[in-house]
Amino acid sequence: MTASGLKDAVAIVGIGQTAFARQLAEDEKTLACRAVLAALDDAGIAPGEVDALASYTMEETDEVELAKAVGFGDLTFFSRVGYGGGGSCATVAHLAAAIATGQATVGVAWRSRKRGSGPRPWTDTSARLPTPAQWTRPFGLLRPVDEIAMLARRYMHEYGVTRDHLFNVALACRNRANQNPAAVMYDRPLTREMYMTSRWISEPLCLYDNCLETDGALACVVVGRERARDCAEKPVYVHAAAQGLPAQHHGMVNYWNDDPLTGPAWTAARHLWKHADFTPREVDVAQIYDAFTALIPLSLEGYGFCGRGEGGAFTEQGGLEIGGRLPLNTGGGGLSEAYVHGFNLVNEGVKQLRGTSTAQVPGAETCLVTAGEGVPTSALLLRS
Amino acid sequence: MLSPVPDADGAPFWEYAARGELRVQRCADCGEPRFPPRPCCPHCQSFASAWRAVSGRGRVWSYVVPHPPLLPGYAELAPYNVVVVELEEAPRIRLVGNVVAHAGAPPDSVDPARLRIGAPVRAVFSGGLPQWVPA
Repeated sequence: MTASGLKDAVAIVGIGQTAFARQLAEDEKTLACRAVLAALDDAGIAPGEVDALASYTMEETDEVELAKAVGFGDLTFFSRVGYGGGGSCATVAHLAAAIATGQATVGVAWRSRKRGSGPRPWTDTSARLPTPAQWTRPFGLLRPVDEIAMLARRYMHEYGVTRDHLFNVALACRNRANQNPAAVMYDRPLTREMYMTSRWISEPLCLYDNCLETDGALACVVVGRERARDCAEKPVYVHAAAQGLPAQHHGMVNYWNDDPLTGPAWTAARHLWKHADFTPREVDVAQIYDAFTALIPLSLEGYGFCGRGEGGAFTEQGGLEIGGRLPLNTGGGGLSEAYVHGFNLVNEGVKQLRGTSTAQVPGAETCLVTAGEGVPTSALLLRS
Repeated sequence: MLSPVPDADGAPFWEYAARGELRVQRCADCGEPRFPPRPCCPHCQSFASAWRAVSGRGRVWSYVVPHPPLLPGYAELAPYNVVVVELEEAPRIRLVGNVVAHAGAPPDSVDPARLRIGAPVRAVFSGGLPQWVPA
């Protein structure tokens, strides 16, 4: 490789997904196979050509099962990324690095999860690592929503961010879902009254501050720039990619460093913008990980769309809507399309740059996609 | 209710807590306190550490009020409070806990509407766990 590194060296040339629902009949392995085959069909690439895989450490369908079911060829690269939804963009980043350095030629990244009908991970009281759970769970800080609500309360206190700001996030995602027939919340509009009167989950976060619980699977296909030109669909280039684990970071319970309200987004962003030919102002549309609404203003600050403490104000006056400062999560995101550990955000970024989104941003040429914030994360800058 | 499952680094904290003492790990060479406990100092890389007693005075840094769905035991208490307290001597050392009416009282014994960020609290102990009461 030259000094340009990963920049535009690979492209996403195929995307696939299953239906999304609270409950699907098929098992996770079958859903994984369907999403992967749909992505390869979209790319016009035969399963026998695939030689690289990447997924999450939490993915239950392993490489052996997937490869023998769908008929992959000889695999020469396969990797897993940890930290739950923090790994979504890194799956593509790992494939990009493998393909750009000649370790493989056709990569598939995927996530299949029955989080809608399956168990909630936080209810498992036996398999939790002792650190840091020993410092939090005995006191009733049990769920991811409790851990993030603690940071959200402090953030609201320090910067005057309000529930209306968080509602703006929930509403933008719901409005986009209402345009997307594949979204779980397609036919369910959200109003301010519904938001303000909904039940609490962990104060200051209410029901609509939480993502969905969804069954579904998605996949995408990554190939080198030269190969991408011969594929069936318009290539979407990986312009920059980064993982992010900041110094003295503690995961979702990031209460123990000098500045708990900065997180992995800041680390990933510094690397992304250092390697990009454009700036945050030139990003046309963003798919930002939204397990909880409060992650959006924090991420807007972290990725450089506004200054410290300005993430709430950024959502005002339709800032996140189509036509606003930064159209957000245009398929509906984890809050209103589907929560599949953020992989739907990757595929929606590709749809925007192909010009085929159900909430298309006119002329979109650049898209930021991010993975789970508040855990070691990853992000992609995509361009058409 | 869940009991702490200590790891080797955290065990001394819980042993002192069982005796009613609040102690924090410090580097024995450079003196920097650190939490959660870990094998070596991220400032000077020394493996020598000591457990120093702290006053138990602190301030509420943030708090949440969980509502169901929750684990059994916690669901019956909800809504209850969970706080992060920053210690007076070392504001970067922040402990998760509950503000209670008095030592041994449950985490729902204080009206959540009375909680404020910045409120002074002090540590008490019950059943081997630190708790916090209004100071």
